[in-house]
Amino acid sequence: MSNTPEPSNLPTSTSGPSEHDGSGEGSASVLLSLRGISKNFGAVQAIQNVNLDVVDGQVTALIGDNGAGKSVLIKTISGIWAPSSGHIYWKGEEIHVHTPRNATDLGIATVYQDLALCDNLDIVQNMYLGREETKFSMLDEIKMELATNQLLKDLSVSTVKSVRQLVASLSGGQRQAIAVARAVMRDSQLVILDEPTAALGVSQTAQVLQLIRTLSSRGITVLVISHNLNDVFTVADRIAVMHLGTLCSSGPASNYDTASAVELITTGHSSRVPPSLLTSS
Amino acid sequence: MVPVVVGLILLVVYFQIRNSVFLTSGNLVNLFVQATIFILLGMAEIWVLLLGEIDLSIGITSVLGGAIAVILVDAQIHLSWFLALPFSVLVVTAIGALYGIIVVRLRVPSFIVTLAGFLAFQGVLIYLVDDQGTGGTITVHEKVLYDLVYGDLTPMWTWLFVIACVAFMSYRMIKTDVSRRSSGLFTDPLALVISKVVMLVVAGLVLGIIFDANRGSFTALRGMPFAIPIDLAVLAFGTFILTKTKAGRYIYAIGGNKEAARRAGVRVERYRLLAFCLTGLMGGVGGLLYVSNLNGVNDGPSSTLTLYAIAAAVIGGTSLFGGRGKMMNAVVGGLIIGTIYNGMALLSMSASTQYIVTGIVLLAAVTIDSLARRNSSAVS
Repeated sequence: MSNTPEPSNLPTSTSGPSEHDGSGEGSASVLLSLRGISKNFGAVQAIQNVNLDVVDGQVTALIGDNGAGKSVLIKTISGIWAPSSGHIYWKGEEIHVHTPRNATDLGIATVYQDLALCDNLDIVQNMYLGREETKFSMLDEIKMELATNQLLKDLSVSTVKSVRQLVASLSGGQRQAIAVARAVMRDSQLVILDEPTAALGVSQTAQVLQLIRTLSSRGITVLVISHNLNDVFTVADRIAVMHLGTLCSSGPASNYDTASAVELITTGHSSRVPPSLLTSS
Repeated sequence: MVPVVVGLILLVVYFQIRNSVFLTSGNLVNLFVQATIFILLGMAEIWVLLLGEIDLSIGITSVLGGAIAVILVDAQIHLSWFLALPFSVLVVTAIGALYGIIVVRLRVPSFIVTLAGFLAFQGVLIYLVDDQGTGGTITVHEKVLYDLVYGDLTPMWTWLFVIACVAFMSYRMIKTDVSRRSSGLFTDPLALVISKVVMLVVAGLVLGIIFDANRGSFTALRGMPFAIPIDLAVLAFGTFILTKTKAGRYIYAIGGNKEAARRAGVRVERYRLLAFCLTGLMGGVGGLLYVSNLNGVNDGPSSTLTLYAIAAAVIGGTSLFGGRGKMMNAVVGGLIIGTIYNGMALLSMSASTQYIVTGIVLLAAVTIDSLARRNSSAVS
């Protein structure tokens, strides 16, 4: 395959971007569709021939063991690097994301584990960093503060005392919530969350999961990477499993249980899920 | 900043008890003028400190700028002051820009770049001064340059200026409070806002009286030295950039988390470069006041000026690690250094004592600040 696929060079396989995804999902439309995505770093093949459909308005959980290629895959989607080969379709159109900016402009926001917050700035300042509201080319603090209050209220983030407190003073769950809220504020249609509940306590985790559900109910599509199968089965509508750089299975969450997920994560195969959900690799 | 202000008050009380001349109008005006230089250079330094960078050469480059101004307006070249003064500020700004380019593009640590600049520009300064053939000292002959520190507003203009400053600041405070209140946002209690305004008015009155009092011994000498409005204008400019513009917001963001700023779409390199230029710009203004105050430059420039600049910023509460600080920090820090400098001279203490005390105050201020910060973060 060439490194820069021509827009006209549509995949010949049956799994092109379509209104209906391969697993018989009814009327749900596909927001983001990956076809034959591979990424290698020199001789190391990090991910290989990944086909994945992210269904509009649903929560898709991307699970897999360490080194399975989850992070490489989301970094490919969010423009950290270009895929070595393969095609990415956004609402049916082929796209080429070369920089994180490309991705955010399309409406793909990624919240990495480090959250990329400035500890020395307050919540409002972080929320609007890089796209401040201005009036007469001066910062319009009141407008930004009101909008931040409203957004946090909409997302039911109620644990924050004041949006003028420094991010440094927030708990892990609150920080995650602020990072997610910032992604939402930028009119993102797809929010990618990288291990949002790692390193969080029980109640903090519950808050973040609640936030993910809220996003979904607002029509925002979520792709969440997680190690924690409890979390995955709590929030995910769909599940995609990666194993050794390939996507070994994907489909509605109801077709999986903890045992089959563990089996897929560790071996890349499971007899407990319908064969139609398995990708032969 | 509260512990530092308390420290300043304690210093003032101490010096006043030891020598009752300390709180006289003549001495206070003198103190303010001495402090303006520390304040200006401290404000200059804050721009790079906010990024987590440092400028070790600001004391030398600013004096170099001042020396250029002195030479240009001198009898030989006789350039008009309104060309010479901006030009010298521009030179110092350009040096800042050069540092910025080397730090940002070539990724050389600012500590090294400005250390090299400190040595190299010291050489340039000595060369320039010696080259005038006036025995290693050049003297200010030009009236405007001389008047920057030694000229005064008339008493009437002094009062008008003080009233305008107090009115403007009160207006800003009240307006912010009113618009936050009407938007339903959290505000300080009304009593606090009112007491702040009252304090501002009292401070304005006290300053007006100090500057208005006759402090001359032979002829009457009244009014505010031009250095003070210059200092306040630079303070207002810096505070405006830092608190009201995107550039200021981005400088804080870069100092706090450069990678986060980059990912948020901030053009990190541009704003880092801008901060270095602003350091040069304010340093250039400081250099003009420096040569005006000393009435010239000699070829043995004080290498401690840079350290006083950094000390002023840090004593006032600016972090060396970036992301925390504001222009007012340099004002408080500069006033503390100016107070020590002035008070020790009044008590006829030796330069050695003065250095030791300034060192101890620097250490104490930063230690107290960091302890206070640790306690407050443990609470929240």
